[in-house]
Amino acid sequence: MSEKKFSKKHEWVELNGDIATVGITKHATEMLGDIVFVEIPESGKSVDKDSQAAVVESTKAASDVCSPISGDITEGNKSIVDDPSSVNSDPEKGGWFFKIKIKDKSEFDSLMNKSDYEKFAKENQN
Amino acid sequence: MEVQKTALYKIHKNLGAKFAPFAGYEMPIQYSDGIVKEHISTRTYAGFFDVSHMGQFYIEGGLSLDEALEKIIPADLKNLNINQSKYSFLLNLKGGIIDDLIITRRKNGFYIVLNAACKDNDIKHISKNLSEDHKFYLCSKTSLIAVQGPKSSEILEKKIRGISSLKFMYGNFFEFEGEKLYATRSGYTGEDGFEISVPNNKVENFIKYLIENKVKPVGLGARDTLRLEAGLCLYGHDLNEKINPIEANLKWAIAKTRRETGGFNGWEKIKENLEQGTSRIRVGILPEGKIIAREGTKIFSTNDEEIGTITSGTFGPSVNAPVAMGYIDPKFSEIGANIKLEVRGKKHNAQVSKLPFYKKSYVK
Repeated sequence: MSEKKFSKKHEWVELNGDIATVGITKHATEMLGDIVFVEIPESGKSVDKDSQAAVVESTKAASDVCSPISGDITEGNKSIVDDPSSVNSDPEKGGWFFKIKIKDKSEFDSLMNKSDYEKFAKENQN
Repeated sequence: MEVQKTALYKIHKNLGAKFAPFAGYEMPIQYSDGIVKEHISTRTYAGFFDVSHMGQFYIEGGLSLDEALEKIIPADLKNLNINQSKYSFLLNLKGGIIDDLIITRRKNGFYIVLNAACKDNDIKHISKNLSEDHKFYLCSKTSLIAVQGPKSSEILEKKIRGISSLKFMYGNFFEFEGEKLYATRSGYTGEDGFEISVPNNKVENFIKYLIENKVKPVGLGARDTLRLEAGLCLYGHDLNEKINPIEANLKWAIAKTRRETGGFNGWEKIKENLEQGTSRIRVGILPEGKIIAREGTKIFSTNDEEIGTITSGTFGPSVNAPVAMGYIDPKFSEIGANIKLEVRGKKHNAQVSKLPFYKKSYVK
């Protein structure tokens, strides 16, 4: 049974055992606009909580995608590199960015649940 | 300074615009369709742009006006016909570009469209060169609407009789719902199109007509991707007061007779650059793969020598690849030359490209 949580930087994290899948939320894609470039981390790379792990660029600007959780990257989603627009069309499923083997589950537990995130996103709409 | 709004602000809002401050104005960056769709609909059908933030500047005066303006604008104004437009510049004493502009001869003088962010400074600069019998004013009674794209002529003709017979870079008066308006066949997208000064009291009806005819609203976001694919410069990015038209690879925009005989600000420097070359030149750049090189990206030779900087870069929806422009050492400016772009600490391969990236389809 997997569980999904959300960060204040508009990333989502879905945890399955000790492997977390990370992507950006629908709200984030709406703010970014048309996504035209994605850079994903290489497998084996170690990342710290809230540090930059991937890059997403829209027609407007480049943004960092941070990992809301510490761990080692196990896989990057090559399909979004080939077709960046799939992040717009399916942000919270097929448009995932990377999978990460987590180190500390408490980092996951401290993230927002869906309803808290939705409230947060609504308040931070710009 | 208070943020200004154009007469179309409410219309933009109703069309789902996302706003951002631009040159002191609250302007639509994109609408609900998004930049890529807005871009593509302009290329394949037609789009409209509110560019009322730009300066619609009028100067009236007799023959002495031609002479006064030729000192600061290197166009052949004396041979500019009534209703004919030229792309040109306001130059400083060193030949640097104070602004780029479109100047049109009108019955009693000239009509100049100035960049929004530059217009106040431009007017100071222009007025210094005028005499008492020259009158000038910035018009705010009309909105400036660009209608661009292959269908724009056909759609506008149904409502504005005669407009489709305008030649590229010419203007004239036409009638819309009983009101006179002035339109030029020009634009900033690489497509056929028009820029129309619509009286503010008619602008709502005009936009309504366009929307009824499926002309999509297009924000500043797609305006930027369209102009960059068309190889056109954006002032403040690709052009500034420290860059002269020769460095900007815009020699063509200085009339041949004026290049030879001079008599305008910065001619000495421009002449020197024409004869001896420049230390940098604006070129088109195509990054390999999907990497986007934004403004400020450093350019390197294949030997890792720093040779220039990107001034504009984005993803080109019609080219379906990243596109960029920048200034580089002329030694490396040959079309097809291999260069490198440093993005996020890594060097990526790119090539110098001819401009435009996207083929224009202007009506001659």
